[in-house]
Amino acid sequence: MAEKTVKFIIQRQDNENSAPYEEEFEVPYRPGMNVISALMTVQRNPVNAKGQATSPVTWDMNCLEEVCGACSMVINGKPRQSCSALVDQLEQPIRLAPMRTFPVVRDLQVDRSRMFDALKKVKAWIPIDGTYDLGPGPRMPEKKRQWAYELSKCMTCGVCLEACPNVNSKSNFIGPQPLSQVRLFNAHPTGAMNKAERLETIMGEGGLANCGNSQNCVQSCPKGIPLTTSIAALNRETTIQAFRNFFGSDQD
Amino acid sequence: MAGNREFFNRRLHSLLGVIPIGLFLLQHLTVNHFATDGVDAFNKAANFMGNLPFRYVLETVVIYLPLLFHAIYGLYIAFTAKNNVSRFGHFRNWMFLVQRITGVITLIFITWHVWETRVAAAFGAEVNFQMMQDILSSPLMFAFYVVGILSAIFHFANGLWSFLVSWGITQSPRSQAISTYFTMAVFVLLSIVGIQTLLAFV
Repeated sequence: MAEKTVKFIIQRQDNENSAPYEEEFEVPYRPGMNVISALMTVQRNPVNAKGQATSPVTWDMNCLEEVCGACSMVINGKPRQSCSALVDQLEQPIRLAPMRTFPVVRDLQVDRSRMFDALKKVKAWIPIDGTYDLGPGPRMPEKKRQWAYELSKCMTCGVCLEACPNVNSKSNFIGPQPLSQVRLFNAHPTGAMNKAERLETIMGEGGLANCGNSQNCVQSCPKGIPLTTSIAALNRETTIQAFRNFFGSDQD
Repeated sequence: MAGNREFFNRRLHSLLGVIPIGLFLLQHLTVNHFATDGVDAFNKAANFMGNLPFRYVLETVVIYLPLLFHAIYGLYIAFTAKNNVSRFGHFRNWMFLVQRITGVITLIFITWHVWETRVAAAFGAEVNFQMMQDILSSPLMFAFYVVGILSAIFHFANGLWSFLVSWGITQSPRSQAISTYFTMAVFVLLSIVGIQTLLAFV
């Protein structure tokens, strides 16, 4: 009896500027295998389905338990993490492609810098440094902590940006990921001291208002983060901020 | 406010779609519904509307300027999207696409509609029951009006949904779901009004 194999059709690209092409691979089946273990097999023995020697396929990975976000790629048309993509649950042939919303480095590896730049832009942190001990911060209500915790599960994987129709080369929209982090850090009692600054940043070019409510992000988020609720909540916050900026006098 | 121009433009776009353009659509559909009461009722209503004091000011401020901004900025919004319903076939993503398609159809329809009625009136044609009867006697134009009116109504109803989200009124998934049912009911009811009126002319 012939050995059971799994067929992969992988969209490859040799460098940042070269044209993509498809290459097929047949990988021996093992029970419980995931996309990454199949890619590792290809890496050990880089021979394509035609039996020709080829370069090993490259991809990013780190934690292997769906908390780091590094191994995201488009699997059978859907962006998701390759570590938690079990071969038994996928239709074959399995098609792999890089998330083209991001610049492709090589094969399935993409440059996710724009999301980290966006986090810096919106100041997705809580400033606590000082020249003296500032003492303990204000306490956070438990109920608020519970929903804020959900937002903190974001692993900057990029799936929401890949799914969003308004994040593309024609638009400068920063995407759902940094926006939800603004809601998270504005919810924190100490982070709230810089609330207006974060809101004003996302009221700038490429900010919040670019959302077109397709809600693909919330449907695609592997962590189940309520991204569209965050966006709607920020819509209200920025409405109030805009009125305060124009009509109000007490700024903070 | 220079840094906030995009934010301001987007919010203005959202607001103008409802006030005044959405309100004008409601008023326009209502007044035209007089056609179902016969020729005289329609002509009387059309005369009243057409002879309102400060008509040109009203038309410019309430209709032309907001519509022009909404249309031009809307085209920009529509063409900066990269639609992906084939990969993400969720309900809201379809609505996102249909909102953009109906927006473009509505713009084409309204351009033609204004040309055929208001511009024609400026050159001396009289806007009355007879005019609409002549236009709608062609099956092709009748179909065009059906598609145009349904597009405009859908674009308004679904736009009302996104208006509620964009201004931060509906935040929770539940409120957004209920406002979907509400706005789709608005679409169905206004469509009945629009189609009934069209049928009155044939």
